[in-house]
Amino acid sequence: MNAAARTWRDALVQRAERHLPALTRQWQPEPLPIELHRRRIYILPTQSGMGFGVLLVAMLLGALNYQNNAALLLTCLLGAAVINSMLSAFRALHGLRITCIRAEHACAGDPLPLHLEFDAGGRARAALRIDVDHATYAFSLQPRFGEVAVTMPTDRRGWNRVPRMRISSTLPFGLFRAWSWVMPSHAVLVYPRVLTGLPPPPQEDDGVQRANGEDDYAQLREYRFGDALKRVAWKTSARHDRLLIRELDAAAHDAPQRFDWAMLHGLDRETRISRLAGWVHQAHAAGRGWTLVLPDARTLGPDADNAHYHRCMTALALLP
Amino acid sequence: MAMHPQPPTLAAQAVYPLDSRAREAAIFSRRGSPDISQSPESLDRRAFDLLCLSVACVLVAHLTHLPPWLAAALSGLLFLRWLQRRMQRGRIPALARIALVVALPLAIVTTYGTPFGRVPGSALAVGLLVLKLLESERGRDARMAVGFCCFVLMSALLFTQSLAMTLLVALALLPAFACLRALQPDAQSHTYLRAFAPGAWLLLAASPLALLGFVFVPRLSTPLWGAPGADNARTGVSDRMAPGDFRDLLIDDSVAMRIGFDGAPPPQAARYFRGLVLWYFDGRAWSPGVTGIRNSPPEPLRAHGAAFGYDITLQPTRRHWLFALDVPLDAPDGTTFGADRTLNRAKPVNDAITYHVDSVSHYVLAPQPDPRLLRDALQLPEGFDPRAVSLAQSWRAKHGNDNPAIVREALQLFRNGGFAYNLAAPPLGRDSIDDFLFGTKQGYCEHYAGAFTFLMRAAGIPARVVAGYQGGFWNAYANYLLVRQSDAHAWSEIWLAGRGWVRVDPTAMVRRVITASSGGGLDLGSGDNWLIGLRDRLDIVNRLWDRSVLGFSALRQSELLAPFGIAHMEWGELAIALAAGIVVMLGIGMLIALRRPRVRPRDALEAAQLRLQEKLAKQGCARAPQEGPRDFFARCMLALPGVRTELAKLAQQYLLLRYGCPTPPAEPVRDYSRAVRAFRVRGVVK
Repeated sequence: MNAAARTWRDALVQRAERHLPALTRQWQPEPLPIELHRRRIYILPTQSGMGFGVLLVAMLLGALNYQNNAALLLTCLLGAAVINSMLSAFRALHGLRITCIRAEHACAGDPLPLHLEFDAGGRARAALRIDVDHATYAFSLQPRFGEVAVTMPTDRRGWNRVPRMRISSTLPFGLFRAWSWVMPSHAVLVYPRVLTGLPPPPQEDDGVQRANGEDDYAQLREYRFGDALKRVAWKTSARHDRLLIRELDAAAHDAPQRFDWAMLHGLDRETRISRLAGWVHQAHAAGRGWTLVLPDARTLGPDADNAHYHRCMTALALLP
Repeated sequence: MAMHPQPPTLAAQAVYPLDSRAREAAIFSRRGSPDISQSPESLDRRAFDLLCLSVACVLVAHLTHLPPWLAAALSGLLFLRWLQRRMQRGRIPALARIALVVALPLAIVTTYGTPFGRVPGSALAVGLLVLKLLESERGRDARMAVGFCCFVLMSALLFTQSLAMTLLVALALLPAFACLRALQPDAQSHTYLRAFAPGAWLLLAASPLALLGFVFVPRLSTPLWGAPGADNARTGVSDRMAPGDFRDLLIDDSVAMRIGFDGAPPPQAARYFRGLVLWYFDGRAWSPGVTGIRNSPPEPLRAHGAAFGYDITLQPTRRHWLFALDVPLDAPDGTTFGADRTLNRAKPVNDAITYHVDSVSHYVLAPQPDPRLLRDALQLPEGFDPRAVSLAQSWRAKHGNDNPAIVREALQLFRNGGFAYNLAAPPLGRDSIDDFLFGTKQGYCEHYAGAFTFLMRAAGIPARVVAGYQGGFWNAYANYLLVRQSDAHAWSEIWLAGRGWVRVDPTAMVRRVITASSGGGLDLGSGDNWLIGLRDRLDIVNRLWDRSVLGFSALRQSELLAPFGIAHMEWGELAIALAAGIVVMLGIGMLIALRRPRVRPRDALEAAQLRLQEKLAKQGCARAPQEGPRDFFARCMLALPGVRTELAKLAQQYLLLRYGCPTPPAEPVRDYSRAVRAFRVRGVVK
């Protein structure tokens, strides 16, 4: 479907939701686990199904016209098999449960990978499809447990609701499509959009970069849990049989950076958040420590590890 | 979207199902499933192979009535296309495809003269199907091709409705369904056989609904468009018997008719089914002549002995005459008697018909004949076969007025004159009777009957050739007589004063056999092939098929519910019955399809634990999904203090068995099961 038809269809869907709540009742968010049962599975013939139906009618008329009982019997057999395939398509979705949704981390604007876990209700299911935001993924499930990875689009930071998804199947012959819309009330946290490639924040003092030798004893200390492993002095540690961290001069440029909200006056709120996020991202990539000062005077840090990164990004994402 | 839902923990971890069993099964689907919405549905190798297989089945079903060159060309094209797509995935150049699409109808029209009609139409359809295969590259093409396949398969049934062809067509539906199944986006790669499974199951499960539809679909009283054209071959005994005409019948094993007798069947030697009487001989061939067409009243019949009745089910012959055993007393409905007591119908026999006849075996037919008929029975062609004429006249001179003696002379000639029965008889010249009697001395029933009749006529005895069937296979299991086309026979009838028309079978006099068929008037019982016997016995299935399916006409359908009181059903009532039946069947199908599979416990310990949980749930202590066994037992002990000690013991046993060893040993598990069965919550006052 091209983009114009998609937007037209979305507009129509929104109008329907506003004016016909009874029909779109199913499209309200609901908590997990969501089970597909017969009241929420719909089934219609596909295009090839309708073509096949026309063929069947032609065969039936031909058999009746020529009074050919054998052809009539086989046409009835074919028709009955097609009707049974409708039941089969229904059965492909019936009893399927979405048990949980796991999200990975992504920044606003990037597609966010989601992992949907299903409980297939005791039998293996094949050839299922899930539509998320105009992208379709095909998957199969084992009897007890199965998972599929999809991506959802993100455009805002903060809590984003998981978009509505359509689970469908055209088993076994592609003549009927059974589908069901699910809209889990699950939310994922999206980190703010990261603006990179910008000049680093101004520092308080530009310390002279001291040469750091490997064997400078005054600059070694014991390894503490949480220190970045790239700061370990391996050769010296091998000699002493314990992990030693090469600690640089506190006055050198390895001092934790300070990212202050107040530094970015003159920009609007979202850009400020994005730039702070960008700095945090760069500092984390470089392995340096940083301190983040938020507009409500909360201070995070100074620290340098993954947990600190996630805390900062979460705080930035959740800024009102 | 305004409210913020409960935020998960920082790392956005989900709550995994606590049940350890669910985690044991492997996570299957690939990480990062590809987005298939943008790419058109592709036709992978397996689907294409199955499509080729279905088209090949269509070719096989139509093989008997496609011209050989077309069948060979289409099979070659199919094979090449399959090979081409397997080797590389290029497309066939458009020019080649267009050339083939143009060449096919041209070839059909040049062969048959017209593209309309049953045979050229089906040849065109099969050709177009194979050409469609040439340009199938996408899933959508494959689906259209499969639909077309099914359509062309059904059209094969317009030619023959036998059980064998119906089964073949039903089997050919399996690859079509398998191809449709293989087009589904299934990440698992299963074997070819797995692709056949859904189609086979669905066809089997569809049989009840199909039978219901077949029985109740209202039949059309008049065809919507024309019935199939007159390009259907006529089968069976024909009205022209020249030397060599019978041979095609004698090697044809298809069923001619099936007869069910009211009483006991007549013996093999007395089973003569009269069909046609051939009066006129033009020197080469026997035909009914003017006498056969003339509308005279039937000859009088004086019956001696009891009449016996029987029902004949005659396969379509597209001719106008019917068959009866010996001489029938009355003509069945819709038929008239010819002068010689043969049965004729105004409409040709285009469908299988069943009719009842009463006949007599001991009779005097035409004691006082019509002189015109007698004169026709003495007709001889001028200037043919002088030697046979002189031989017959010598007999007349020898015996004078003793006609039976002349007949005996002729029969003696056939018995002792060195004659042989040979299906591959040498060809005869202009004087065919002379060449046969004095030259080749080999032939089959038509030679003997024709020669004998000629001799009788030359000797002055009125005689006529009768063509029909003789013999047949008596199926003792199902009590019916099976007569095949190979049982076709020709014999003679001569008129003797006081005895009327008497049947004489000269072929029965022949003692030597060179090449024979299984029928043809010769009793070859001693050398019966077991295979032929098996095939004759298995004809029961064909007979059942013919009677119940093919013979299920509109009349029988309207009287279907007569035992239940509904005398005659119109199409409105049929439609209602059909709709009601479909609804009922669909309801049953839904019940079957939508039942939940019961979660089976992993082992006996689990089963016992489930029973215990059920018992406790009845008391209001259902186990929540997030509760481990220890917590569950603790909560139950708090909630049901009366059975606290038993619960404590059960808890200890279960935890020891489940978590104390890798596999719980059988005997303690049995003790646990017994304890669970004996467990009872008593004296709980709420």
